Amino acid sequence: MDIHEYQAKEILSDFGVKVPNGGLAYSPEQAAYRAREMGGDKWIIKAQVHAGGRGKAGGVKLCSTDNEIIEAASSMLGRKLVTHQTGPEGKGIYRLYVEAGVPIDREIYLGFVLDRTTQRIMIVASSEGGMEIEEISDERPESIVRASIDPAVGLVEFQAREIAFKLGIEPSLTQYMVKTLMGCFNAFRDLDATMIEINPLVVTKDNQIMALDAKMTFDDNALFRHPKISELRDKSQEDPRESNAADRGLSYVGLDGNIGCIVNGAGLAMATMDTIKLSGGEPANFLDIGGGATPERVAKAFRLVRSDTKVEAILVNIFAGINRCDWVAKGVVQALKDDPINIPVIVRLSGTNVEEGQKILANSGLPIIRAATLKEAADRAVSAWKADQPTITKLKAIS
Amino acid sequence: MSIFIDEKTKVLVQGITGKMARFHTKEMIEYGTNVVAGVTPGKAGEIVEGVPVFDTVKDAVQATGAEASLVFVPPPFAADSIMEAADAGIKYCVSITDGIPAQDMMRVKRYMKRYRQENRMVLTGPNCAGTISPGKSFLGIMPPHIYKKGPVGIVGRSGTLGYEAASQLATLDIGVSTSVGIGGDPINGSSFRDILELFENDPETTIVALIGEIGGPQEAEAAEYIRDHMTKPVVAYVAGLTAPKGRTMGHAGAIISAFGESASEKVEILSAAGVTVAEHPSVIGETIANLM
Repeated sequence: MDIHEYQAKEILSDFGVKVPNGGLAYSPEQAAYRAREMGGDKWIIKAQVHAGGRGKAGGVKLCSTDNEIIEAASSMLGRKLVTHQTGPEGKGIYRLYVEAGVPIDREIYLGFVLDRTTQRIMIVASSEGGMEIEEISDERPESIVRASIDPAVGLVEFQAREIAFKLGIEPSLTQYMVKTLMGCFNAFRDLDATMIEINPLVVTKDNQIMALDAKMTFDDNALFRHPKISELRDKSQEDPRESNAADRGLSYVGLDGNIGCIVNGAGLAMATMDTIKLSGGEPANFLDIGGGATPERVAKAFRLVRSDTKVEAILVNIFAGINRCDWVAKGVVQALKDDPINIPVIVRLSGTNVEEGQKILANSGLPIIRAATLKEAADRAVSAWKADQPTITKLKAIS
Repeated sequence: MSIFIDEKTKVLVQGITGKMARFHTKEMIEYGTNVVAGVTPGKAGEIVEGVPVFDTVKDAVQATGAEASLVFVPPPFAADSIMEAADAGIKYCVSITDGIPAQDMMRVKRYMKRYRQENRMVLTGPNCAGTISPGKSFLGIMPPHIYKKGPVGIVGRSGTLGYEAASQLATLDIGVSTSVGIGGDPINGSSFRDILELFENDPETTIVALIGEIGGPQEAEAAEYIRDHMTKPVVAYVAGLTAPKGRTMGHAGAIISAFGESASEKVEILSAAGVTVAEHPSVIGETIANLM
């Protein structure tokens, strides 16, 4: 789960990381008020969206008067911000963070990640702050400093000192850098984060070390023990279909194609999408209905896939272990009877209770196309979708 | 021979009094798995499917000599149960549980290193379907009847995709020595490489199927091992050709976040190491048959 910059800064600040003064605003007037309240003569207005690359996309503006603040805030609020991380649909700006400008001496990159190779928390830092880590590793790989943290003892001070020295932090400031690194690590460990990125971490002209930006991602599997973090979830930043699915115990990812998929198991779901592609079609989604799916859950999955208006054929692929083919078949039949559709539906069933499942489909009187193997199912889905194209085009023209 | 388990292996089920665990314990016993004990703290003295229940893994091991354990414990308590098994002298542990926090798994892996190599428990999973040596025994939630006994070793992240491969093989009248699920989580007990090494040394296995997916470095590690150490042929399929970058595809670990983690990059790395790659999932069985 992602959170906003201002929330990450609040958390990190509680763990001893210094951040500039700032305040949250929901309107241009409130933004101007926040600036006056803070004092000073330069403020940064920052769009709060769950994505990086805000600066280049016009989501971060430097202001020095009330009018400039009102103008900047008005131009952002209510708009969609499109950055290289959001996709073309962008993310809605509903909150602004107003922050006091600080005089910057140098910028550092600091990241904490779960490293899958060592299976430990790893610190990645670079003296080349401000650039993205991908750019740094392409252009200045020698500037990257790494440290792997032993889960049994946590981050040890000498490791933090080593990083400070390698980054060329002035000796008189080392203790502040150590405090920043320790604070980040403690937040990461105590709150089950999977990523913390501070880019840039700055050394100010008055010799302070401060986080100018902050991104935190949390382990969804650990949210049960962090109710306060769970409350920070902002559904306005999520794809409504995906969050809807997650609330119903389904795992869904929307894609650009037009063949909807309903599958059990994440690996088989990906394999089904791949097979559709290799048969000449494009999958509309990833959807794993999980184990022990009841007819109701299958029917819900159907409604979810159909809520994507791009979908022009639906492929159901079930290899039942814990699942039961007869339940899946009942769900498919129920969904189609409750809400008839005129797009092709292709069903491939295998595994537990497959004969009963096939019988239910055959006796339903519905025009369900059946397939014995995954390849056959994908081929039939793609050819049925292609055969349907003239009708679909006509229907679209009428509506 | 097979790897990890056979008909003699004494098996313990942790969390045996839960509904799911009861159901699968029954299935395992029917198949021939030698289930000797169950553990649920506070439920010692109960009997589930004819199996005595103990309060602690140590008690169960002492009373029954259990060597392998299957963990059905819910996510908040699963890491603790795995560590309990490691400490009680269990040799092999399979964790089915989906949803264990990543940092819990990091602690589990660190904890297991407390024991000398020869006493150290081997863990597969979590978030997997389990392990089966067809005709002998299984620890997990798979439909066991789809597996025929034979010479193919299967190792994969995904449960259902593993079933798909096994059933394609069965259709071609080809059987399996052992099938191992390493699970879909980012931090897992055993890697592809660990299991490949066991198959390389197992006389009953003559060919190996590796079923990977997007995300993480373990397919690339496997490729290096295959290139440098494996004499047996390996067939691979990598799921997620159409998966977009930066999105989690169901499994917590199935996310492309670095170079070399996409399906096409993994296919390239595996092919370069001499692995025969099945282009799509429907030809995994065929590709194996052609190499036998």
